[in-house]
Amino acid sequence: MTTTDITLYRLQACPYCERVVRKLKQYGLEYESRFVEPMHSDRNAVARLTGKRSVPAIRDENTGVTMSESGNIVEYLDNTYGEGGAAGGA
Amino acid sequence: MVDFDVVDLPDVDHVSAGEAAPEFTRPLVGAEYWSDTALSDLDGPVALVFFPMDGAFPATYMWNEIRDREWGLGDDLTVVGVSISTPYEHKAFVEEREMEYELFSDPSAGVGDRYGAVQNLDGMARIREHRPAVFLLDGDHTVRYAWVADQWPDFPDYDEVEANIADL
Repeated sequence: MTTTDITLYRLQACPYCERVVRKLKQYGLEYESRFVEPMHSDRNAVARLTGKRSVPAIRDENTGVTMSESGNIVEYLDNTYGEGGAAGGA
Repeated sequence: MVDFDVVDLPDVDHVSAGEAAPEFTRPLVGAEYWSDTALSDLDGPVALVFFPMDGAFPATYMWNEIRDREWGLGDDLTVVGVSISTPYEHKAFVEEREMEYELFSDPSAGVGDRYGAVQNLDGMARIREHRPAVFLLDGDHTVRYAWVADQWPDFPDYDEVEANIADL
């Protein structure tokens, strides 16, 4: 594996981020973790990506999707990689 | 350098020129985030700079000198640091100094062990860290130049390193 299609912006010990991690693992998806700072104002990389500074946020190169908020992300992963999902399940 | 007594460090068997650079993966910290990165993820020639923990004056001196000499800024050389400092400390160090370089976080000094360049710190119980060291790797990540401090404190011979960078 030389490239990882899914990039997860996360904060250490953030339960909402862990929720997304559990879902990524459930579907056996490779992902790159990029850890950002607790201070919102220091999260310019996330702001450039999503227009917001909240984490978790993901970028999925497979689908071109960028999104934040764990509920949305989990739903997206279920719909895309879950059984009957767009990517044909895992 | 100024005239003061330096401490001689024990001899070590460090990685030297001609050897393949030992591979490792650690969090690589930039101004905005950190992510696990393998040495082999870095393209082309690499200058691997081991330095004392962020906050110690040699860390500041070394990175000031590297910045002033603009290593890696105008060519395809990738200059990266390695110290025992945590990702949070590295991020503050990089941000405050507006550094153009990224730093690996190696709190266990395991990378230092693999390269044979660690020391125990007198007066800081159970803390081991990287000796100041410079390893220049060519595009195939074969070591072409190696310098490891055998005194404390000690600094790279920057002119010598620069001459070897030109030969990579």
